[in-house]
Amino acid sequence: MRNFEVTFIVDPVLSNDEIKETAQTYVKSITEIGGNIVFIDEMGLRQLAYNIAKRSSGIYYCIEFQLEDPSFIAVMELALTRDERVLRYLTIQLDKFGIKYNDDKRKGLIGKRKKPVTDAVPPADAVAPKSENVAPAE
Amino acid sequence: MANKDDIKFLSNPKIGQNRKKYCRFRRFGIKHIDYKDADFLLQFINEQGKILPRRITGNSLKYQRKVASAIKRARQLALLPYVADLLK
Repeated sequence: MRNFEVTFIVDPVLSNDEIKETAQTYVKSITEIGGNIVFIDEMGLRQLAYNIAKRSSGIYYCIEFQLEDPSFIAVMELALTRDERVLRYLTIQLDKFGIKYNDDKRKGLIGKRKKPVTDAVPPADAVAPKSENVAPAE
Repeated sequence: MANKDDIKFLSNPKIGQNRKKYCRFRRFGIKHIDYKDADFLLQFINEQGKILPRRITGNSLKYQRKVASAIKRARQLALLPYVADLLK
């Protein structure tokens, strides 16, 4: 069982239903193949750093899932490439630290910390839970 | 006439000392660098969007590699620009 994470940008010109449907098609295809959806993160509308297909903004989706058979990734990526509703996608395989990081992020352990990285002395609670990922400097 | 004590404070005594750099990932126990966190990655690129060298950031080699790959992933997803002007 490996953990993967696919992030893709959906065309913002589409209607709300179509956007949700786009994300849902990939969720469905993962579950059909026997994958286990861990989390679907709707990052929402964001400004793109550069234009893609003459769009200056996009709706970001991030799906974390577990898969027994990694050959499905190629199939999914081909579908994403052919899908005109998707501007860009990126699939990565998560290592154990990535899984832990995403887990902590969902629990709200990350991002709460507002202390800047440049602090000379780390906060006491940052040392105790060893694997806690600190995402400072909001 | 200025005596010795006055002269001592004419220049900032701390200017000459350079603080020792350290790898923040090792020090704070950060094991994973998220490519979706563009605000955090902004600390490791310059105004033009170029990745800062280890010489300046003080990262250890292991984490500099991870930072570099996270920045490159963020660029693919248009979270960070490939080229920019006055990014900060």
